[in-house]
Amino acid sequence: MSLFLIVALPFLGALLPGMMNSAGRQACAGVTFTISLMAFIGLLTNLPAIWTGDVVVARFDWIPLLGLNLTLMLDALGFFFACLILGIGLLIIAYARFYLDRDDNMGEFFTYLLLFQGAMVGIVLSDNILLLLVFWELTSLSSFLLIGYWKHLPEGRQGARMALTVTGMGGLALIGGMLILGQIVGSYDLSVILQNREAIQSSPLYVPALVLILIGCFTKSAQFPFHFWLPHAMAAPTPVSAYLHSATMVKAGIFLMARMWPVLSGTPEWFFIVTGAGLITMVLGAVIALFKHDLKALLAFSTVSHLGLITMLLGTGTAFGAMAAMFHILNHATFKAALFMSAGIIDHGAHTRDIQRLGGLRRLMPITFAIATLAALSMAGIPLLNGFLSKEMMLEEALHTTVFGSPYVVPGLAALGSLFSAAYCFRFISHTFLGPVQKTYPAPPHDPVAGLWLPPAILVVLVVVIGVAPFLAEPFIKFVTAAVLGGVAEVPTAHFKIWHGLNFALYLSIFAVVGGLLLLLMFGPALRLWDALPRPEAKRIFEAVIAAAVRLAQLIVLPLHNGAFSKYAAIFAVTVVGVGYYAWTTGTVGEPTRTAQDANLVQIAGWLMLVAATCGLVFLHRNRLLSLILIGIVGLVVSVGFVFFSAPDLAMTQLTVEVVTIILLLLALNFLPNRTPVESSVLRRTRDGAVALAGGAATMLLSYHYLLRDTVAPSISEFHLANSYYGGGGTNVVNVILVDFRGFDTYGEIIVLGIAALLIYALTETLLDGPTRAKLLNRKPDQPRAGNMHPMMMVVLTRVIMPVILMVAFYIFWRGHNEPGGGFIAGLVASIAVVMQYMASGFSWTSARLRYPYHGVIGAGVLIAGLTGIGSWFFAKPFLTSDFTYVRIPPFDEFELATAALFDLGVFLAVVGAVMLSLESFSRLARRAHVPDAEHPMDIDPSRDDPKEETA
Amino acid sequence: MEFLVASAIGIMTAAGLYLVLRLRTFPVIIGISLLTYAVNVFLFASGRLTFGAPPILRDDVLAYADPLPQALVLTAIVISFGMTAVVVMIALGAFLGGDTDVVDDPADPVEGDAS
Repeated sequence: MSLFLIVALPFLGALLPGMMNSAGRQACAGVTFTISLMAFIGLLTNLPAIWTGDVVVARFDWIPLLGLNLTLMLDALGFFFACLILGIGLLIIAYARFYLDRDDNMGEFFTYLLLFQGAMVGIVLSDNILLLLVFWELTSLSSFLLIGYWKHLPEGRQGARMALTVTGMGGLALIGGMLILGQIVGSYDLSVILQNREAIQSSPLYVPALVLILIGCFTKSAQFPFHFWLPHAMAAPTPVSAYLHSATMVKAGIFLMARMWPVLSGTPEWFFIVTGAGLITMVLGAVIALFKHDLKALLAFSTVSHLGLITMLLGTGTAFGAMAAMFHILNHATFKAALFMSAGIIDHGAHTRDIQRLGGLRRLMPITFAIATLAALSMAGIPLLNGFLSKEMMLEEALHTTVFGSPYVVPGLAALGSLFSAAYCFRFISHTFLGPVQKTYPAPPHDPVAGLWLPPAILVVLVVVIGVAPFLAEPFIKFVTAAVLGGVAEVPTAHFKIWHGLNFALYLSIFAVVGGLLLLLMFGPALRLWDALPRPEAKRIFEAVIAAAVRLAQLIVLPLHNGAFSKYAAIFAVTVVGVGYYAWTTGTVGEPTRTAQDANLVQIAGWLMLVAATCGLVFLHRNRLLSLILIGIVGLVVSVGFVFFSAPDLAMTQLTVEVVTIILLLLALNFLPNRTPVESSVLRRTRDGAVALAGGAATMLLSYHYLLRDTVAPSISEFHLANSYYGGGGTNVVNVILVDFRGFDTYGEIIVLGIAALLIYALTETLLDGPTRAKLLNRKPDQPRAGNMHPMMMVVLTRVIMPVILMVAFYIFWRGHNEPGGGFIAGLVASIAVVMQYMASGFSWTSARLRYPYHGVIGAGVLIAGLTGIGSWFFAKPFLTSDFTYVRIPPFDEFELATAALFDLGVFLAVVGAVMLSLESFSRLARRAHVPDAEHPMDIDPSRDDPKEETA
Repeated sequence: MEFLVASAIGIMTAAGLYLVLRLRTFPVIIGISLLTYAVNVFLFASGRLTFGAPPILRDDVLAYADPLPQALVLTAIVISFGMTAVVVMIALGAFLGGDTDVVDDPADPVEGDAS
């Protein structure tokens, strides 16, 4: 199966369970299981290829200019991890089906789970490190959803937040590290990076890259000092804990360290950071785990400890260490998932996970007892179980590791960690299952249905099989190890055996197990000592740090961002002018290359009108209706200016937009006060005036400057002029640019326009639903109303003229490709035709005759434009490639048919829909109670609701 | 002519900025509209001023006005209508909901903590 499909399956499948909640829990779980199974089988179909040493690659160029490509690669290491993710995922899905309550939203759970699964598979199959980062962040986000799945639990929400904060910050560091790595090598492809060990390790940027990447790995894999988030993530439902903390999430960091092992390992920096953090984490996690009373917390810290163990093994930088690490990853995934599931079963049966309230479950839950005991003994390192084998290899590796010239430090700490590890395993078994049966369980414990115990049982079978017959796992692990080493070192020849003879590692192992038993016997005094010791509480420190960060942010942001919007605008204007001034004074100014053109009297008159209207706006803006007229004058002069300066398309657009804008503002003024009161002080007005004059002077100088000079580099406009007719089939270059050369921009723009209109519609709906509704309905207009709401002359005229205007719009639309016009202008003209009906004949009359809702018109426009673009795919051309031809249908002249016209039709419809939806929304607000909407548009209402009369 | 256009841009910008800095929503909207004109003309002028040579291809004409700024400004005009409409709607909603059309939020006490 294609690698793309393997990664895509969980993501695509994630849609299903969320949507089929009503189909029942069984169906949700069944679909999820099937999807995972398909991905798993697809993965297995690639095994024959990689077993012969090939690397399966799937490549698709996504953003090649950024070096970001969808490149997937499957080698033995990726296969190993993908197997764990999908294989254990299958067991978890089956388990979760029976674990979740009837109240839990199962579809939602499985959607999150599949999202997470897809992201994890993506990480281990990525060949491009940028792509890997994308999946890395996706795991952080989807695990946040999973950990916080029980939204009603505060611990769940806090744990999810903490996990997201820590792993998200680590993700940021990782991005930095990966970018540096990509810069050193000159490629973001893993397969290239892995070939460049010397170049990377000799680079001066090696240490920063290493540290940043390791921060990413350590946060994800809960290594000291970032280990604290993992136990808090235990508030998640147990299937999540079992999945995230045995085989997937926390193994992502380990995976990355293993993936990068060939190029990053082997230096002193790598050794000290990775081995050091691993050793500390291993011992610390084991000690804390021993004294935890919550079963899941105990397992959480034991996970931290075992992750430390694996990290330490990768840190030593030897081939044997890497092999031991791979073996322990497999073993840990099997026994830890089984243990988490057992803890979940106990919680499910006894309704408590508090180890102090449990005990004696041996007789009540014999199946669970057998599963949990075998898994825990494996974790403790008891022979004939798989944990023993990899722990033995770890001790062997530790014995050969020297630090600070002393050969005792590493083995000593490793043995200490193993001792505590054995102790908490024994405690898990004895305090939960052994001892007398208690009478105080919150619920009577019992063995669960097969669906709950079968998944861990399958894992325990693996634990025993590998433990008894390690030679079965040996070829596979060596095969994976070869992929980790990547040719940098030889795969060790040592064989996996239960009995290596009486060597020092065995003595250490015996010491750990016996010591662990003794420690358990002295558990009471040890616990009292532990409780008496002062310990830093990670959660409190974390919350203090977050609170301090929030305070710092408030200190900076709140004074600047205090809700005084006019202040923001002033700061913005001053900053822009200041930066512009700096650029102006430090740059060089060339001599003018163009001569100024003369202005005739008409142009000067137009300029005078514009200046007068603009100045009038400043001084008369308190009278709002007057300012509407003045801004209308400004708009008209600008339109006329466009005509003068050879831009007929712009003039037509400006003119038509002007009409709808003024109507819009008039509708708004219907509700807003008609005057602006004098509020600001003279000082403030002087200040604002100064800011405004500075801004005005800056733009004036800048535009005057460039109007007298030619462009520094040749403009690309020549290309458009030269190709408009031969390439685009139109002589109106502006229209050809809009619908052809830059059609994709236009496509985006009509979508934006549609979104703006929908936003206005949504806001209107909110206003009409909320408390303002009554206010609007009972509003008293502040202007006298006309007695004749629908003057007959106006009604007749607008109806007669409507077909004419529509014909004009049609004409403007069709000529647009060759003469001034096009979809935008035609759309605006057609809108004006419809708006006139609203104005003359009233809202209800017009709405009643409206055949298509404006939303649909917008949607149809965007769809037509988009489908026109997609159509070019069928001719193996890029999106929105246009084509045209000339046809002749007698008796007409030869005329042109262009796909661009179809695209322009989309533009036309989107513009009509957007303009009309906006204006319609505004006028819907204007409808009032007591004033019934007239069915006949030409009625005369003698009862004017004149406010002067009513208040009198 | 160049001076007339440049000064018109400057005057519209200055008036627009001044009105944007006012305290009520309606003058701010008018100010934004004025700024829109200024910016559109500014962008348009980056194609330099050309008389009597619209970018409509003709067989016997060799010089044309720069079509590119025109195409960009054309969509800018339409988009600015959409933007104005949204801003007006927000202003209207705020006025109907809060019975005031003051732009600035009243100064409120600093919140204690993030929770």
